[in-house]
Amino acid sequence: MIRSPTIIPFVMCGDPDLDSTLGFLMALDKYADVIELGIPFSDPIADGKAIQKASVRALESGTRVEDAFDIVSRFRERSDTPVVLMTYYNLIYRMGPRKFLTKARDAGASGTIIVDLPLEESQEYREICKEVGLKAVFLVAPNTDLERVRSIDDASTGFVYLVAHLGTTGERDIVPKATLNLLKEVKTVCKRPVAVGFGISTPDHVAQLLDSKADAVVVGSALVSIIEKHGRDAIPYLEERMLSFKKAVDKNNREKGRGSQR
Amino acid sequence: MKFDEFGGTFVPEAMMVPLQELSDAYRSLKDDDDFQSALGRLLNEYVGRPSLLYYAKNLTERVGGAKIYLKREDLLHGGAHKINNTIAQVLLAKKMGKRRIIAETGAGQHGVATAMAGALFGMETKVYMGSLDVERQRSNVFRMQLLGAEVHPVDTGNRTLKDSINEAFRDWISSYPDTHYVVGSVVGPHPYPEMVRDFQSVIGKETREQMLKAEGRLPDYAIACVGGGSNAMGMFHPFLKDDVKLVGVEAGGRGTDTKDHCASLNLGEKGVFHGMLTYVLQENGGQIAGTHSISAGLDYPGVGPEHSCLKDSKRVEYVTATDAEALEGFMALSRTEGIIPALESSHAVSHAIKLAEGLDSDDVIVVNLSGRGDKDLEIVMEAMQR
Repeated sequence: MIRSPTIIPFVMCGDPDLDSTLGFLMALDKYADVIELGIPFSDPIADGKAIQKASVRALESGTRVEDAFDIVSRFRERSDTPVVLMTYYNLIYRMGPRKFLTKARDAGASGTIIVDLPLEESQEYREICKEVGLKAVFLVAPNTDLERVRSIDDASTGFVYLVAHLGTTGERDIVPKATLNLLKEVKTVCKRPVAVGFGISTPDHVAQLLDSKADAVVVGSALVSIIEKHGRDAIPYLEERMLSFKKAVDKNNREKGRGSQR
Repeated sequence: MKFDEFGGTFVPEAMMVPLQELSDAYRSLKDDDDFQSALGRLLNEYVGRPSLLYYAKNLTERVGGAKIYLKREDLLHGGAHKINNTIAQVLLAKKMGKRRIIAETGAGQHGVATAMAGALFGMETKVYMGSLDVERQRSNVFRMQLLGAEVHPVDTGNRTLKDSINEAFRDWISSYPDTHYVVGSVVGPHPYPEMVRDFQSVIGKETREQMLKAEGRLPDYAIACVGGGSNAMGMFHPFLKDDVKLVGVEAGGRGTDTKDHCASLNLGEKGVFHGMLTYVLQENGGQIAGTHSISAGLDYPGVGPEHSCLKDSKRVEYVTATDAEALEGFMALSRTEGIIPALESSHAVSHAIKLAEGLDSDDVIVVNLSGRGDKDLEIVMEAMQR
């Protein structure tokens, strides 16, 4: 799914409304190999202020789980870029994991990331993902020990999502040295590609992470904040930001290219 | 550990480490003589245990049915059962080498109990509290501040208990290396439901002994209010294997035919919330519903997973009492016994009165009077003016 290295943009489905979301996905598509689409949940405990507020806006606009499937299938008519759904487990549990995952697959989603479903609680979910042909992406946190990273890598399909900071999602000023070291360590263990997210907001962050061998960098709160500010008119601002990230990716690719020629 | 299918550990990956650490620490200290004797001393000398078992003669005579006893948790230091749990958790945190504690609070009782334990042990204390609750429980906010705690108003969601728990979890994900999260009820991911139940079980254990002394037998009924469910679990657990009927009373709010209640066990559906699989009030395919109760301490859309298990196994019966019924219980106990109960506990009192009416004079009911009503005077005054 990841033709590394790449940027994975994240937006919340239904923020500020469903038609806008489809427009955002089409705009982001030009700069990304994979897109992450959030399904809003009322109590997002892993999220910081920006994505909490996005969830509220999306729920206030009346967004339901089925709407996310609908947006994915409408996007699928226009693009082949893989979409990964990100949400909290209660929405899957309520619908029934089999029904949810089958519908997600039928809509054209490529995988799912369930923020509050650790390995220990995930057996049924993993089995169904495998059956219906959806990638199950699990998260690795900065405090996950390497043995557990190995188990998470084994359980994951598609890629592994490395949480860059101990804490919630949200923009931060710097990528700490510890994160870069962690990424290098995790990369030595993981067979799957590693996407890094939480707190990544500038081209400089992206460049640093790619230098440290990230296969992909997830940018969420930074884009969601643009949507908070500009609402339905956010597309040019999203594109501007994505272009700056893309430049960091392209620069990294060129440098890698030169590196391999030597 | 799960309670049949209920409970579990549905949390972000980063929380697995602190939960495992807590689980290990609790397991090793649970049967540790030093820990237990230190805790026993604190419960006796600081908290004021054992609490009294009081025969409510006037109330019994007014109702004219079963004998009604009250387990007087309202007489504990701080005025509620919450201190049983906080003192134990903060002692545990100290043993784990933590220097800071955080907590959520609804009515403010758990926040106050945490702030007291924090002051006693010299721990930096931060309490998350929904901004709506901050408004309706101002005196408790001031109490916490007097005790040296920082009160952090939470403006997200309904601005009540559930939102304060979300915010405390967010704090703990990054702060756990030096911070313990003192969860205030039998809710949340493992090991909290089991651990908090164990710390509150002192209520039922004492009641058992005291009842044997007073009546020469166990009660026919034990009744407690259920929000998250810690005072009820503490009362019920030591009686689970006995021939004692157990009744949990949920907040019926403005009526169970409206949306304004907190009757998770009676009207909720199974769901995953705050790290546990349990009965949850929800809407629109799994969004957590807004709730209402006159008592902030019961104003919670979920419930402890062990209660969900006890509901399904039918070992415990769960009923509801509305805001109006709770107020009647509040008044009745104040007038007949000179005891002003917390609005939370008033739900249990109200049901006990109803139940006692239909029973014989040789039947015995014990009500867990989980807290005192001083904190609720403003709310009751307002309600009486309406």
